Amino acid sequence: MSEKEARERRRWETETYKRACAQSQERKKRFMTTSSVDVGALYTPDEKFDYLSKLGFPGEFPYTRGVHPTMYRGRLWTMRQFSGFGTAEETNRRYKYLLEHGETGLSVAFDYPTLYGHDSDDPRAVGEFGKCGVAISSLRDMGILFGGISMKGVSTSMTINGPAAIVWGFYLAAAEKQGAKLSQLRGTIQNDILKEYIAQKSYIFPPHPSMRLIVDTFEFGSRSVPQWNTISISGYHIREAGSTAVQELAFTVGDGLAYVDAAMERGLRIDDFAPRLSFFFNAHNDLFEEIAKYRAARRIWAKEMKSRGAKSPRSLLLRFHTQTAGCSLTAQQPENNIVRTTIQALAAVLGGTQSLHTNSMDEALALPSEKAVKIALRTQQIIAHESGAANTIDPLGGSYYVEWMTDYMEEQAYKYFDRVAALGGVIPAIEKGFFQQEIANAAYQYQKEIESGERQVIGVNAHCEKDKPDIPLLKMDPRGEARQFARLKKIRRERDKAKWTKALADLEKAAEGEKNVMPLILDAVKADATLGEVCDVFRKVYGEYREPSLY
Amino acid sequence: MEIVERLLKGDAGAAARLISMAEDEDPRAVKALSALHAHTGKAQIIGVTGPPGAGKSTVIDQAVKVYRKKGCKVGILAIDPTSPFTGGAILGDRIRMQQHSTDPGVFIRSMGTRGWTGGLSKGTASAIKILDALGMDPIIVETVGAGQSEVEIVRSAHSVLIVEVPGLGDDIQAFKAGILEIGDVFVVNKADREGADKAVAELRAMLETCQEPRAWAPPVLKASARDGAGIGEVVDALDSHFAFIKQSGAKDLKDRASAEREFMEVLRDRLAKYITEKVVRKGEFDALVERILRRQLDPYSAAEKLLEPIEKGK
Amino acid sequence: MERKIRVLIAKPGLDGHDRGAKVVARALRDAGFEVIYTGLHQTPEQIVSTAVQEDVDAIGLSCLSGAHMTLFPRVVELLRERGADDIIVSGGGIVPEEDVPKLKTAGIAAVFGPGTPLKDIVEFHKKALRKR
Repeated sequence: MSEKEARERRRWETETYKRACAQSQERKKRFMTTSSVDVGALYTPDEKFDYLSKLGFPGEFPYTRGVHPTMYRGRLWTMRQFSGFGTAEETNRRYKYLLEHGETGLSVAFDYPTLYGHDSDDPRAVGEFGKCGVAISSLRDMGILFGGISMKGVSTSMTINGPAAIVWGFYLAAAEKQGAKLSQLRGTIQNDILKEYIAQKSYIFPPHPSMRLIVDTFEFGSRSVPQWNTISISGYHIREAGSTAVQELAFTVGDGLAYVDAAMERGLRIDDFAPRLSFFFNAHNDLFEEIAKYRAARRIWAKEMKSRGAKSPRSLLLRFHTQTAGCSLTAQQPENNIVRTTIQALAAVLGGTQSLHTNSMDEALALPSEKAVKIALRTQQIIAHESGAANTIDPLGGSYYVEWMTDYMEEQAYKYFDRVAALGGVIPAIEKGFFQQEIANAAYQYQKEIESGERQVIGVNAHCEKDKPDIPLLKMDPRGEARQFARLKKIRRERDKAKWTKALADLEKAAEGEKNVMPLILDAVKADATLGEVCDVFRKVYGEYREPSLY
Repeated sequence: MEIVERLLKGDAGAAARLISMAEDEDPRAVKALSALHAHTGKAQIIGVTGPPGAGKSTVIDQAVKVYRKKGCKVGILAIDPTSPFTGGAILGDRIRMQQHSTDPGVFIRSMGTRGWTGGLSKGTASAIKILDALGMDPIIVETVGAGQSEVEIVRSAHSVLIVEVPGLGDDIQAFKAGILEIGDVFVVNKADREGADKAVAELRAMLETCQEPRAWAPPVLKASARDGAGIGEVVDALDSHFAFIKQSGAKDLKDRASAEREFMEVLRDRLAKYITEKVVRKGEFDALVERILRRQLDPYSAAEKLLEPIEKGK
Repeated sequence: MERKIRVLIAKPGLDGHDRGAKVVARALRDAGFEVIYTGLHQTPEQIVSTAVQEDVDAIGLSCLSGAHMTLFPRVVELLRERGADDIIVSGGGIVPEEDVPKLKTAGIAAVFGPGTPLKDIVEFHKKALRKR
């Protein structure tokens, strides 16, 4: 901003703007983002703004404007709907439905017993079977899940963390059975345990052995499954748990750096594994705040990776999947959620996402019905082909507001990095409950803003209606659970006992030692060891995590 | 008193209800507590304190495992601060101990301080009695852990366990200064952390230099409550301490002091109640306060004036 | 002395979404209640045993995994077995509309879905005092 512009801006503020406000007051005393950041009336050019160092060009450092030189002009983002419920058979049918309607990648949602490494018939699984994802307890289940779908042809993302190495083992073994080579497989395992401790709480083992399992998957993947993203460092759940956008950004990128540091400590070369790291962010309602978040994330990551010695440009890229914000959906007037999801999806696209899941309108009520899922997918297709958002790269780059917000987010993220470092790093900060407390505070603040009416949520505290929603809900096969129990019984009865015993014993030895466990996991699942059995081996060796008691 | 009978038969629900009534100062609780008195005085009462974040609840959780293996029934009172502004509280210490929640030999009760300063909640003394009558031994009282005020715990407990942790910085120094004299057993938790040995050495040095020699030399132990390492030794030390005070006569002195204090408190409460309800005429108390406020009367003369008829009557 | 209302906020089952439970716990605290929080991954047995030891007036169950139809009624059933069915049980989470009447029949006094104002939850619990 030139001196003249700055002078003019001050003049505008003191004369024009102030006068207008005096004549008629603004709507609100305070304007704020979804994350309660104060927003000014007008943003103008920043005099210190250095285009080349802050933005650069797409596909070039610091990647603020995008990780690829052509972005969506070359290829659209992957439309990937997170999906899974009931038995492998039912979910397999849903996958085929989605692929038929133009989805370009699969994304597996597992049920709670699977997420915690329990077999479907474990007593701790009571009531949870197939409820918020598909139940996968064995290699055979995984085979059914992908029956009739070419595993070497499709890219698959799996939301699995505590038992990620084992479920990945199921996937790899099932693909081999289909005749695929490991080197042909494309996809992602979430495998991000740090955010489980921080937000999502589907952890099994304590932090240190968990990190070891993760680094084992990095190592195995870079050697044997080179097209696979061995981690998806996730802010999504942090945001769903109630964090602000800045917290989502800072905690996620901070987790990512913690994984990099752990792998480097093991002696892995940064350029060997860093290109396979991927990210996963939330898209909430505040369009500009979200766009700024993605842009800041790319810039921070590129800088931090460079400072850790990454030489390959691919190591510097923060590639990410986005899911629209489940926590923003309302049970009241659920059709409005289509609109919310559209804004959120647009934010992700304007922010340069590599793949996208759009939530269905009925998700505040139950698992999505087929119709609701289709509308959600169509939302992405409309943005891609009708909105014009995919015509040019980083269309909001240079917006005074978005650039200010991007800088602000970066600055705030570094403040969090410093606070976490002062606590001794990410794992000590988790054990002290730092992240958990910050998120709980933000969640309560947000809720109080709704209670007080300072924040309006349409259908919830504004423009409310009495009518109960009338949308068709998904019905699950009531006999699915019994079928799954029978299948597990059969597997346990029919498998080769000697092979099975040896595989688990070898795995236990590897878990106690330092050898990479991935090949032994593969042996165990091929010997028909179930998810619960393999996880029990690790539970025995590593123990189970219990979270600090904070509220 | 049906509730007393149920409690003496080991009904946890009856004990739980009676603790609530005592906390709420329900008049019926007084009757029940007096009926229970004869059934108390058996348990070892252990106070556990230490700075927030030291892992007090986790240490207790693991200690309960050790006690259960020895066949002891354990009562736990976990105290958290009440908000002075709203009167509300979130009581979450038992999160750490939930693995014992379905064990009939373990009774865990969370209590808010309810405006009581001193680190122990107002109903704690009654709750201890109730758990004692229920047959719990030991009874472990976990305090708020807010620093100096923890000294209060000594008044109720036979043995005081101090939980420390390496690397809490300056806070712990301030904390240490206040608790050295009240601790009977010290444990440095999270012993796998850097600085654990240093913390042990520091504590030992402070105990030696800052204190008059005591007949009981408080041991300083190391533990990692996350996996239970070292907790067996902590329980052994608490057992030894209890045996020691029984043998040395210190327990009798403590119990006597407790009985005296309890009696005095009851007496004071009853007298205050008697005076405000029976002696003072309606509105007279407020009128006296008003005159004291206006400096027309001093509080000593006012008390004198009120008590005159009682003293004459004797 | 005024009776303090005590409420147990519990997370049954494997679901780890504790945002709602924590927000409700704080709101009840700020309204002057004593709130006992169990933490995650509780079995119905643990919840009921805790409720008895803590002598709570009410239990608030939070479950977003869809397992509510199994877990919520089980808590009420166990309370009945322990003779503590005067404790008022409510539930919150992702509960489809058609499940609500079934839960009410099973003894769940209220179901608080997404978007329920905190003050409604607070008001509900103000009337939750158990008889002594």
